[in-house]
Amino acid sequence: MLQKIGVKSIDDLFVDIKTQHRPKSFNLPQGKSEFEVLEYLKTLAAKNSSQLVPFIGGGFYDHYVPAVVAALTSRGEFFTAYTPYQPECSQGTLQALFEYQSAICAMTDMEVANASLYEGGTALYEAVMMAIRTTNRKKVLVDGGVSPIYKKIIRSYTTNLHFEFVETPVVHGQASRSAIKNLLDKNTAAVVVQNPNFFGAIDDYSDIVDLAHQAGALVVESVYPISLGLLKTPGEMGVDIVTGEGQSLGLALNFGGPYLGFMATRKEFVRKMPGRIVGQTVDKEGRRCYVNTLQAREQHIRREKATSNICTNVALCALQAVIFMSLVGKEGFKELARINADKAEYMKQCLEKIKGVQVKRSSPTFNEFTVCLPKDASTVVEAMIKKGFAAGFPLSRYYPGMDNYMIIAVTEKRTKAEIDAYTKALAAVLVS
Amino acid sequence: MLNQPVDLIFNKSVKGRRGYVNPPVGVDAHAPIPQAFMRKSECNWPEVSELDVVRHFTLLSRLNYSVDTNFYPLGSCTMKYNPRITEKIAQLSGFTDLHPLLPQLLQGEKFTQGALQVLFEMEEWLCEITGMKAFTLQPLAGAHGELAGVMMIAAYHRAKGNKKKYIIVPDAAHGTNPATASIVGYEILSVKTTPQGILDLDDLKSKVNNDVAGLMLTCPDTHGIFHSDIDKIAEIIHAVDGLMYYDGANLNAILGRCRPGDVGFDVMHINIHKTFSAPHGGGGPGSGPVGVSDRLLPFLPISRVIKRADGSFALNYDYPQSVGYISSFYGNFSVLLKAFAYTLILGGDGLKQTSDHAVLNANYIRACLKDYYTVPYDRICMHEVVFSAEKQVARGVHAIDVAKFLIDKGYHPPTVYFPMTVKEAIMVEPTETESKQSIDEFIQVMIKADELSKTAPESFHDMPKTMPISRPDEVKAAKDINTCYRG
Repeated sequence: MLQKIGVKSIDDLFVDIKTQHRPKSFNLPQGKSEFEVLEYLKTLAAKNSSQLVPFIGGGFYDHYVPAVVAALTSRGEFFTAYTPYQPECSQGTLQALFEYQSAICAMTDMEVANASLYEGGTALYEAVMMAIRTTNRKKVLVDGGVSPIYKKIIRSYTTNLHFEFVETPVVHGQASRSAIKNLLDKNTAAVVVQNPNFFGAIDDYSDIVDLAHQAGALVVESVYPISLGLLKTPGEMGVDIVTGEGQSLGLALNFGGPYLGFMATRKEFVRKMPGRIVGQTVDKEGRRCYVNTLQAREQHIRREKATSNICTNVALCALQAVIFMSLVGKEGFKELARINADKAEYMKQCLEKIKGVQVKRSSPTFNEFTVCLPKDASTVVEAMIKKGFAAGFPLSRYYPGMDNYMIIAVTEKRTKAEIDAYTKALAAVLVS
Repeated sequence: MLNQPVDLIFNKSVKGRRGYVNPPVGVDAHAPIPQAFMRKSECNWPEVSELDVVRHFTLLSRLNYSVDTNFYPLGSCTMKYNPRITEKIAQLSGFTDLHPLLPQLLQGEKFTQGALQVLFEMEEWLCEITGMKAFTLQPLAGAHGELAGVMMIAAYHRAKGNKKKYIIVPDAAHGTNPATASIVGYEILSVKTTPQGILDLDDLKSKVNNDVAGLMLTCPDTHGIFHSDIDKIAEIIHAVDGLMYYDGANLNAILGRCRPGDVGFDVMHINIHKTFSAPHGGGGPGSGPVGVSDRLLPFLPISRVIKRADGSFALNYDYPQSVGYISSFYGNFSVLLKAFAYTLILGGDGLKQTSDHAVLNANYIRACLKDYYTVPYDRICMHEVVFSAEKQVARGVHAIDVAKFLIDKGYHPPTVYFPMTVKEAIMVEPTETESKQSIDEFIQVMIKADELSKTAPESFHDMPKTMPISRPDEVKAAKDINTCYRG
C-alpha cells in the first residue's frame, strides 16, 4: 500500500504535522484484553447500587422495558447504520422513524412530529426558540411548575441572547391563571407549561391556551408520555408545540442518557420545527417510500440560517420508543397509565396514615406526588437509603425553603409489598 | 437485504390484539382524576402481537445498509466497526438501572461510585489524548458540543467585558459550525480556501479584527488536509483575544500524532460516535465531550465530576462562572461507557495505530483512484479523501449517480456534494477497520463506475435497481407533506 502511495513509511503520511506540533505527551496505558476490560467494568458496575428500591422520578422513571426492545434494537442493521442520507438503502431506519413520528402524533394528538431531539430538557429549549422564531417576539412566560432542571437549561442557552423570561407562580399546585393573564402582552412569544408539573399536579391548560392565543402567543407544553394513556392530551387542549422526555417509552435510566426528546406541533408550524423530519413520498415507480424531508430548515443546507444546529439526534432511542409503543399498543397504554396512577394513589393512602406526613391533595396527580414531612426531607431520604429505599426527591435541592417537602414517584414496577415496606420504614424513620 | 417493501405496522393492527402484558395493579385503590383532566380521544397505537412486532422490525432492519453488512465509507462520519464487547458492557444492570438523580440525594452518591468513576477516568483519558486541561462529558452529540463550546467562548468574553460580534468559519466547514455560532448570537465571517485546499491565511488576516470572538476549525479540514501552519492561525486569533475552537469531527486522523491542546486550541469537541467507536444508531445517540484549555476552565458546564482526597467521587456544582446546565444530567452515559471500554481495550498504542491505518487506507484509495476521478487537492491526505466527479459529469454522470451505482454494488455511498467548496464532491473515509481486500474491491467498483460512465452514461439514471425502492421523489415529499400515518 505504501508503495502504491509512493511513500516509504506511515510516518511519511503525517508530514503536514510539523515536528513542533507533535504531542508533548501521549502517556497512556497499554491496551487490555476484552476479558480484562469486562472484569474491570463489572467491578465498577458492582459499586453502583441496584439494591435501592427506587421511588424517585422528577421526570425520569423506573418503568419496565420489555425484552423485545433490546432484542430488536441490538440488530446491527439498525445500530451500525447512520443518518439515512441515502434513502434507497436506508428504508428500514426511515420507515421506523416515520412510524415513530406517527405514534408520537397519536400519543399527543398533534399533526406533525420530528424524528427526535436529544432529550426532554433540550427539546423544551428548542421549542421555546421555535416559538420565538415563529412569533418574532422576545418574551417568554414559564410556569413555576416546569421542571427546575429544564428551566436551568433554557436559561443557560439564552444567556447571550436578548430574551426576557418571566416565571409565573404556582398556586395550590396549579399554574396561576391570573398571573399569566396579567403578564401576557404583545411581546409574549410563548407560555411554557408542563403536565404533570414537577410537583406531580395535573392540569387542563385549555384556558391558558385561549388566553395565550388571544394575545397572539403560542403555548408550549412539556408532557410525560405515560400519563397520556389517561390524561387530556396537548392536542385536546389546543397546545401549539409539545415536547417531552421519552425515556419512559422503553429506555433504561442509564444514569441520565441516552434519552429521547420528542417534539410535535401543528402542521402550520412544520417549517419552523428543528431536527430531522421523515416524510412519505413515492419512488420512480410510484411505490410508497420515506425520505428525510424539509431539509432546507437544516444546518447542512442552511448553515447559519438553520432552525437549529442539530445534526445527530437519537434515532436509535426513537426506534426503542416505537417498538415499545407498538408492543404496549392502544389498550395496553391506557391500562399501563391507570396502573401507575392507582399504585401511586395506594401509596398516598398508606403515607397519609403515618402521623405527621401530609400528602398534598390540592390538585389531582398521576404517578408522582408531593408530601410534606414533619422533618427535613433530605435527612429523611438519607435515613431511608440505609433502609434500602431511594425514597423520593427532596424539593430543597431546587427550591430553597421547601426543606420538608419531597416528591415520590410510583411506577407499574413497584409492588404492594414494596410500598408497604416503604411505609413501615418511613414511619420508623420519622419517630426515631 | 430484503428486496420488497414492508407494510406500516399500523396497517397490521387487529382490534383487541395485545403484544405485551402489563404487571398487575395488585392494590385496591383508584386514583381520583376529574373527567375534565382525562383524555377523550383514542391513542391509535398499533394493536399487534409480540411476534408481529418482532417480525415487522426485523424485516425493516433488512431494508438497511449498515457497517455490519456493508462497507460504509461515508466521509466525515467515521463509520468504523463497533466492537460487541462494548455493547455487552453497556448492558450491565449496575449501569442501566441507575437513576440519574440518585447522586443528588444525601448519601446517594455512595451508590453511584462506579458510574462516577467511569466518567472521571474517561475525562482523564480524553485530556491526555487531546492535550486539553479538562473535559465536560455532558454534550449529547457533536453539534451539542459545539454549542457548549461556543457558549463558553461567549462566557469568557462576557467575563472580560469584551464586546465581540463575530465567529470565523472557513467556507469548507461543516454546516453545524455556522449554525452553532449563530444560535449563540454571533455573526459569521467566512474565510476562503486556498487552491491547495486549506484555510487561506491572507484572507484570514484581512478579516480578523477586534470584534472577532473566535475561530472554528476542523483539522484536518473537510478536504482531509492538515493545516501545517496551525500555529500561525492560532497566533492571529489570539492576537485579538479570540479563542480557537477545534471541531473534532476528524480527530480519527491524528490520534497520537498531534494534540489540539498543544497547538493552540482553547476548546474542542470530540464525536464519541466517530473516533471512539460508539455506534451511530441510524442517526444517534451520539456524544460530544468538550475539552478546554486553562482559559476556559472556569466556564465549563455544571455539574463536574471530582475525586475527593479519600479517593471517592462526587458531583460538584460550585463553579460560579459556569455556563450552567446544558442538559439534564451527566451526558449520554451509556455511549460514554462504550467509548471508555473501547479506549481501555485499545490503549495508547492502539489509538495511535487507529489513526495510522485510517490515514494509510485513505491515501491508498486516493492513489488507486486518482487516474479515474479528479482529486482537486492532489497531495497526501489524512483519514479521508475528496474526489470530484467532474470528468464523469462531462459524460452526463453526476456524483449522485456514482453513489446510486455503488448502492447497487452493495456499498453505502461516500458523502456526496460535501464539502461545498468542491464541485460534485465524493468524500471517501474508509476508516481503519476495513481490510486491504475490502478496500481493493471498493476501488475496483469505483473504476467500473468510471468505465460505465464512458460506455453507457444513461444507464445510471435508473439506478439503484436492486433496492426495495428506486430513487424517491424528494420534491413531492417536501410539497405534499406527509409525516404521520393517519389511518
